[in-house]
Amino acid sequence: MLISCPHCGPRDLAEFSYQGDATRTRPDPASTDTQAWHDYVYARPNPAGPHREFWQHAGGCRAHLLVVRDTLTHEIHSTALARPSRAGGETA
Amino acid sequence: MVERATPLGADFKPGSYGDFADGIGITLSAPPSGTIVEATAWPGRERALAARVGKVVGLSLEAGAGAGAFKETGAAAFNIGPGRFLVSGRNEVLADRLIGAVPEETGTLTDLSHGRTRLRVEGARAEWVLAKLFALDFSSAAFPVTEGRATAHHDYFVQIQRTGDQRFELYVFRSFARAFVSVLRRAAEDVGYRIE
Ligand SMILES: [Zn+2]
Repeated sequence: MLISCPHCGPRDLAEFSYQGDATRTRPDPASTDTQAWHDYVYARPNPAGPHREFWQHAGGCRAHLLVVRDTLTHEIHSTALARPSRAGGETA
Repeated sequence: MVERATPLGADFKPGSYGDFADGIGITLSAPPSGTIVEATAWPGRERALAARVGKVVGLSLEAGAGAGAFKETGAAAFNIGPGRFLVSGRNEVLADRLIGAVPEETGTLTDLSHGRTRLRVEGARAEWVLAKLFALDFSSAAFPVTEGRATAHHDYFVQIQRTGDQRFELYVFRSFARAFVSVLRRAAEDVGYRIE
């Protein structure tokens, strides 16, 4: 499996580390809404199809990436720097 | 009295090794690197940092992905990530000079002179040997002279600059250097190699 790093170009999966689900939105840290925190930590839709996730090109440029990967086929639909940067691109 | 130890291990000794009956495929060496610094730009300051660093080390350095420059027996610099450069030179005072020359609002510099080891892989089979270890295209069309790449072989994180048609400089964490050299030597056995 290849992931196309926005900085380095296509690189082998072995250079990347999975950093987690990118579809979750963290509640306000001051929030005491236990249901919201429960959903943030535990509730996962686990889709069979495209999934937004964070990866890091740890064995390369070390940038954090936002990747849309198909969980059925492992096809990578898109990659972008997780943090918008003037040199890099926009967060998807 | 503490013995001074080489990060490459006691058996990294000059000589010919492996299957060298039909010639030497690559030469391995660890040229002295007085200074190794990582320079990182704040977002949007990539070009300003490249220009400042380039001025101090006497290179025309660009900010693009993988861009690099070097001078024979002089300084070398190449891009290793968004807004990040690895800069090296023989002069041990270069680190202080670089740190003094880059304003805080442009970026930050970290002296890694004691944290990295530079290895040189040179010879007709250099591409062949390195391609065994890294999932990269080492052909000069895909990886031209002066450019740099950050990559990994299992747990060995390696930053590579091509400094010749048949020559690469590899920068590895110093504490990993001895183990990495043993992997490199193993990979070079079939082509025959010399340590200088
Ligand atoms: Zn990358």
